[in-house]
Amino acid sequence: MKYDTIAAIATALGESALNIIRISGPDAFELVKKIWRGPRFDKAPSHTIHYGHVVDGDTVIDEVLLSVFRPPRTFTTEPVVEISCHGGPFVASTILELLVRCGVRLAEKGEFTERAFLHGRIDLTQAESIVDIIASRSRLSLELANKGLDGRVRTLVERFRNDLLAIVAQIEVNIDYPEYDDVEQLTTSVVLPRIDALIVRLLEVLTRARDGQVIREGVKTAIIGRPNVGKSSLLNALIGEDKAIVTDIHGTTRDLVEASVTFGGITLHLVDTAGIREAADKVEKIGIEKARQALADAELILFVLDNNVPLSEEDERLLDLTAHKKRIVIINKIDLESKIGRHFDDSIPLSALNKTHLDALQTRIRETVLTSDLNLGEHTYVSNARQIARLHQALAALEEARRSAQARLPVDMVELDLKHAWAILGEIIGDTQDTALLDALFSRFCLGK
Amino acid sequence: MIDVIVVGAGHAGCEAALASARLGCKTLLITGNLNYVASMPCNPSIGGPAKGIVVREIDALGGEMAKNTDLTHIQMRLLNASKGPAVQALRAQSDKVAYSQRMRQVIENQEGLEILEAYTKELLIKDQTVKGVILEDGTTLLAQAVILTTGTYLNSHVLVGHTKTSMGPDHQKPALGLSPQLRHLGFLLFRLKTGTPPRLRRDTIDFSQTERHDGDAKIWRFSHYQDTRYDVTSQYPCYLTYTNDTTHAIIEENLHRSAMYSGVIEGVGPRYCPSIEDKIVRFADKPRHQIFLEPESASLEEIYVQGFSTSMPHDVQERMIRSMVGLEQAVITKYAYAIEYDAVDARQLWPTLETKLIKHLYMAGQINGSSGYEEAACQGLLAGINAVLKLQMKAPLILKRHEAYIGVLIDDLVTKGTLEPYRLLTSRAEHRLLLRHDNADRRLMPIGHRIGLVNDQVYHLFLEATNNLTALKSTLEETVLVPDEATNKTLKEIGSSPLRDKITFYQLIRRPEISAAHLKHFIADVDFPSEIIESADIDIKYEGYIDKAWRQAEKLLDMERTEIPENLDYKSISNLALEARDKLERVKPLTLGQASRISGVNPSDISVLMVTLKTMQRLKQRTPQKSETMPDKSLSSE
Repeated sequence: MKYDTIAAIATALGESALNIIRISGPDAFELVKKIWRGPRFDKAPSHTIHYGHVVDGDTVIDEVLLSVFRPPRTFTTEPVVEISCHGGPFVASTILELLVRCGVRLAEKGEFTERAFLHGRIDLTQAESIVDIIASRSRLSLELANKGLDGRVRTLVERFRNDLLAIVAQIEVNIDYPEYDDVEQLTTSVVLPRIDALIVRLLEVLTRARDGQVIREGVKTAIIGRPNVGKSSLLNALIGEDKAIVTDIHGTTRDLVEASVTFGGITLHLVDTAGIREAADKVEKIGIEKARQALADAELILFVLDNNVPLSEEDERLLDLTAHKKRIVIINKIDLESKIGRHFDDSIPLSALNKTHLDALQTRIRETVLTSDLNLGEHTYVSNARQIARLHQALAALEEARRSAQARLPVDMVELDLKHAWAILGEIIGDTQDTALLDALFSRFCLGK
Repeated sequence: MIDVIVVGAGHAGCEAALASARLGCKTLLITGNLNYVASMPCNPSIGGPAKGIVVREIDALGGEMAKNTDLTHIQMRLLNASKGPAVQALRAQSDKVAYSQRMRQVIENQEGLEILEAYTKELLIKDQTVKGVILEDGTTLLAQAVILTTGTYLNSHVLVGHTKTSMGPDHQKPALGLSPQLRHLGFLLFRLKTGTPPRLRRDTIDFSQTERHDGDAKIWRFSHYQDTRYDVTSQYPCYLTYTNDTTHAIIEENLHRSAMYSGVIEGVGPRYCPSIEDKIVRFADKPRHQIFLEPESASLEEIYVQGFSTSMPHDVQERMIRSMVGLEQAVITKYAYAIEYDAVDARQLWPTLETKLIKHLYMAGQINGSSGYEEAACQGLLAGINAVLKLQMKAPLILKRHEAYIGVLIDDLVTKGTLEPYRLLTSRAEHRLLLRHDNADRRLMPIGHRIGLVNDQVYHLFLEATNNLTALKSTLEETVLVPDEATNKTLKEIGSSPLRDKITFYQLIRRPEISAAHLKHFIADVDFPSEIIESADIDIKYEGYIDKAWRQAEKLLDMERTEIPENLDYKSISNLALEARDKLERVKPLTLGQASRISGVNPSDISVLMVTLKTMQRLKQRTPQKSETMPDKSLSSE
């Protein structure tokens, strides 16, 4: 059937220590190999675990454990790989996005179970419930299509698709009505710069899409520092500053999450670590363990130093510990005399207690977590993982078209991939009817016998 | 006793009758007028993008259209020659007189095929099965299968200006009896409309004022295994002129007198074939439209005015024509007209073109909502083949979308139906790189031979060509070029860059400017026919793209292979969306693939269907599994 290779995050999204990404399908091993740095697992025996890293080219995304399951003794009876990565939605969705770019399809709800059934692994009595899941999936996707899709996303994709369609339709007219002279004969050299321009535009959309994800899901932020450097005042200042939307995160609240604060369109899930140092007693040990975990999970570190105290050995140790993280160094208590004795590039001096220079911090946070210039209301944010996956596939198709054009292939060969990109983008906005192209042909061009 | 009756001797009827007779069925072809066998009431040309590929497909399956065209055309061109291999196609200007005459001879000489001049009034039906036909004079003819290929004759009306006449094309008598009966049997009939432009007297046109378009200087042919050479210098040219402001003004002033705009026409016309008044109204900003002047026959003085289809009254037509450059003195020999006719909703047909309502009744061509000679002919061929296969109790022939444009056409018609006359376009095929005209024989001739329409002699020639291609490809792989002075000099001479490393000729062909034909510059004694060289070039140059297209097609193949029982009760599948249930019930798709192409059936409905089918299959398996344990029991009891 449509037995391509599918993937999904198998664990519940939210604040968990680990996430598992499950990949199933004929090309599971081949595709995972593309993002894997570590010992070869594709020849390894079934039901074995391998240590390594998920990489995007040369960039390490995460340190992971990878489980290999060979058919037929797997959940779906297909080749299955499971990647255990660090918790938080960011890492898992980044890995998923990487997989999609390599050619994996995002699984629909219940699709693993559906496959298990279709391959004969699950008992007949479960057929009914599987069908129910599928049906609810269609209702859900209908709902999503109806209200989930931001009108601005629709406009953005529609506009892009229309520009793509203009090229595709013109080439198709050239093909089907070769003697029709009202329309310019598009050649490969005419099309190439137009493809380049489309790729640039789509890349821009993708950048904004990632920001959309940041905006929707928020950023796990840990406030780190020795005791008494002013972590709690900073937390309060951040919350108070914006008369903030302070919420308990429903269902995901863990001990360390103090609050969520939204400003400028970004939500930070703030975690105030009790302070990390050598433990004195048992109770404190547990707290410290949690703090270390928070540190590992965090996507952004607000590192607080005391301006009024010389930099200590413990500060140094914590700085080392967080060096590889996305980090903003904050010099607190600038209203007091400077005794810190060290200059930090790009640090933010402020006073949490007096709430001075907080705006500088907010600006820096936005610059750090967002890749594009964010201006809510004007820009469009595609923030759904499925939409992002489709955008990546469309981009891949456009790049393929560009390669064909650069290789001087006939324009109708180049057009095959353009048409493919157009179809994929149609899935984002739920426009999959294939009559649109013919409609465009006959409404835009005056054809006939 | 007659096995198969074919009603109508147009392009669909001729192919259907020939296929049926050639496969050994006693066949009767009924036509209203013997002089109009395989006639061309509209444009005198065959082929063009997509359609030209269909003509080669018809030939590979053992049909007649390609051979008939090759023997009677007066001009031949390869269209899209500067584009890729997937979209190139031949187009012939046909000699409509010679075409019709030669086809009539073939039919009259065909063993097992009788031809009768008569009008069919009624179908003879018993137990939801067709048993024969009743003619207008009351004669009853019995048969085991009937194929309706009535074209535009069903209850047809010809419209010119405000006049509407009950008439078929070329002043022929319409077929009036069948429509009420079909409706009574439960068929959904709807009105379609098409039109044809005026014809002009050749000697009244000043061709010197127009642009001349000649045929190609190279000899082309649709059918590969029939010797058809022609003198390329004696081809007939076509000419190009344009409409202008005066033409447009005349049309605008008289719009109210056009049948199209005065409300006389009920039928839906094709968007791809608008009348000239349509073009002027819808594309008001265009200062001019192309008008091609095409010869109709070597033996006729008539010129077809392509692009000028209209339903204006005669006096307006004359003024419109004479407003154009080169046509100032032109005399109209036949006025343009629009024609309305009944068509049947093709979703009431199985993909074999047998109707779902009446067994052994088949329909092909314009009655199914299609348009065009090629579209009609290929449906006729498939209907003829399938009627015979069914009578012989053999598996039907259903071509898949990645196998043939014919497959695309029939699948579109029976799965989606159509609201306007359906014309094939390359854009309708999702695997056009696989459906090329150079590989039509490779795709379909083994099928044509297996069925019995391609004889052993032709098939032997085909196999020889295939072996030739394989031989050429291995020669190319075995020929290694080293970057020495001689090689690089030769490369320079043929306009390519010098080599740096040694390379096989096979790899060299990936360069756009290199063809397998250049092989002779490097090794002596190679001689391959040009068609073999062309195929080798395409296979090698586009290898990666063709492979990718195959992979995409194969992904969908499992769905195409998953059969759905004809009598599946969609109402009992509660989790299907309501809309999907109705649509599925109506189309009764034979495969999951076909189901997925019905508009209104979405992916989750397909998933539900998959699970349902699997459940049914596993429930069925349970019973035989138990019976398999029986022998053990019987053994132990012994």
